[in-house]
Amino acid sequence: MPERIVTNEELVAEFPEWSVDKVAAKVGVYSRHLSAPDETAGDMAEKAARQLFEEYNVDPKSIDFLMLCTQSPDYFLPSTACILQNRLGISTSAGAFDYNLGCSGCVYGLVVAKGLIESGIAKNVLMLTAETYQKYLHPSDKSNRSIFGDGAAACLISTEGIAEIGNFSLGTDGSGAEHLIVKTGATRCKHSTGNVAEDADGHKRFDDYLYMNGSAIFNFTLDAVPAMMKDILLKNEMERDDVDYFVFHQANKFMLNTIRKVCVIPKDKFYVNLEETGNTVSSTVMIALKDCIDRGTICPGMSVMITGFGVGLSWGGTILKF
Amino acid sequence: MNMELNEFVANFAEQFDDTDPAEIKAETTFRELEEWSSLVGMSVIALAKTTYGKAITGAELKTCQTVEDVFNLISNK
Repeated sequence: MPERIVTNEELVAEFPEWSVDKVAAKVGVYSRHLSAPDETAGDMAEKAARQLFEEYNVDPKSIDFLMLCTQSPDYFLPSTACILQNRLGISTSAGAFDYNLGCSGCVYGLVVAKGLIESGIAKNVLMLTAETYQKYLHPSDKSNRSIFGDGAAACLISTEGIAEIGNFSLGTDGSGAEHLIVKTGATRCKHSTGNVAEDADGHKRFDDYLYMNGSAIFNFTLDAVPAMMKDILLKNEMERDDVDYFVFHQANKFMLNTIRKVCVIPKDKFYVNLEETGNTVSSTVMIALKDCIDRGTICPGMSVMITGFGVGLSWGGTILKF
Repeated sequence: MNMELNEFVANFAEQFDDTDPAEIKAETTFRELEEWSSLVGMSVIALAKTTYGKAITGAELKTCQTVEDVFNLISNK
């Protein structure tokens, strides 16, 4: 996590007309971390990796594949993962690349890592997720500034470890691409347009900043996630009651609670905690899993369902057997 | 039909935290309620989806003036 913390009190000082307490109660975020102006996703991913190496006594030389999930890379090119190979002291015989996904990124990283390991291409895959969405937000966009937080996470996928990765359910619907988008700056629209329009929810849609169509994303999630849950259970030959704990992408509390009710998951088996981090995009699932392991909520012998869903539109999930 | 509308009005009123449910009737222009916000709008979209199994968009909700308009929007889906 970046050092700088932005509290709701700070946000309300900028938007005095805003009933921040009500919003916080609903979306579940009380503070979030913000990357420094000169701090990048690559910098945060490096920190997360070093913490993983230290805490779990991992030798960077043992890593033979490195993947970084980010939509806010340090450069258009090269891949930030290549830079991290050097900075982390990982062998030059290791493969490395970035992949561009958001809230589904953790699950897709596991998909690729499992494939690399099962096929014998790699033995120790370092998966990093890092995002600085806050840099994409317009200063007046209080909704997204309150929901999103910058952050990074690191995970090692190997031939053995603390949890076995089960079968996946995956999905993509590019027809919803415009619902969560930063339109300008890349090659389709290279130059800023300065355009701003009001959307149906009454939010401003800036071409040059991150735009999220809240109601469209919400409806998509309520369609995709319950169906995905059924598919994960089917593919892993499990019933809902066989799952000991559910860790879904921490989008916001309101959405999570709605999903939980639609999926009929008991409250005590369903993780909701984004009070101090906000929605860290591809890192939420790993941050949550680490929190659960540290608290003892997840312990050996448990089957845990994880899912990610969002920008793309893209979704995916699996079962982790601890 | 009236019974259903009454039930919907009650469900609609439940999406508010501070507004007295008695203040919300079928003919209420909900956007004029002090507590109305885009976040309450999201709750209404969730209500349509979870209780009635119908997806309504933010743009469709914007065309509604009264609670009954929202009821009709969902009923006609």
